[in-house]
Amino acid sequence: MTGHVFHPGHSALHGTTVVLDTRKGMTYVGRFHEETAGGMLLHDAAGFDSASGNSRDDFLRKTAKFGVRIDHKHIMVPTEEVASLVPFNEMKI
Amino acid sequence: MPYDPRMVQPMREEMVKMGARELTSVADVDATFGDPKGTMLVFVNSVCGCAAGNARPALSYALAHGTRPDQVVTVFAGQDLEATARARQFFADYQPSSPSIALFKDGEVVHFVHRHQIEGKTPQSVAESLTAAFDQHCATTKVA
Repeated sequence: MTGHVFHPGHSALHGTTVVLDTRKGMTYVGRFHEETAGGMLLHDAAGFDSASGNSRDDFLRKTAKFGVRIDHKHIMVPTEEVASLVPFNEMKI
Repeated sequence: MPYDPRMVQPMREEMVKMGARELTSVADVDATFGDPKGTMLVFVNSVCGCAAGNARPALSYALAHGTRPDQVVTVFAGQDLEATARARQFFADYQPSSPSIALFKDGEVVHFVHRHQIEGKTPQSVAESLTAAFDQHCATTKVA
């Protein structure tokens, strides 16, 4: 990394926008902060509920184009509920 | 709450050194956006090293390209709060993130780079994306 940086000493995903899918059908897109005993903490996250009947892919496409709508300033997802965690810019949408 | 100005000064200077003009007040923003003719790049600066540490060098590389916007301006998220909020009103279709980059042509956003499109990328790869946008939107047609 170049330039002037803050936040040394965090995990590799710290500060990265991730897509977190839960085993309960929720998808969150937000900035990964850290994993704690309480779960995975995201900041400024958009949330999508598969029970809404809408398309998760459409949600991700819209988020990729227009940015992350902040539904949750902070959200902690218990680790056992996490089905997958992927950096957003590595996803094929 | 803004960081100590002394801590962010090098990040401001990095922008000015590459040719960006700082917009630090609402009046600055309104005066700049008041004449939408031509091409203008707006860089939303950030203290966050996770992405901004690559975004500023990326823009520096991109601005060395032969084709570039007519104007390059910058607002500093988390620092110049009112100026940043005002600037974001001009690209309100896009969710706020910082750093981010908006390229305008005649007052319309023609290319937008979100924070998530910068994270984990090298400055060179972000610059390549920007210069492609410059070639597409900023090239001028010369009349013989």
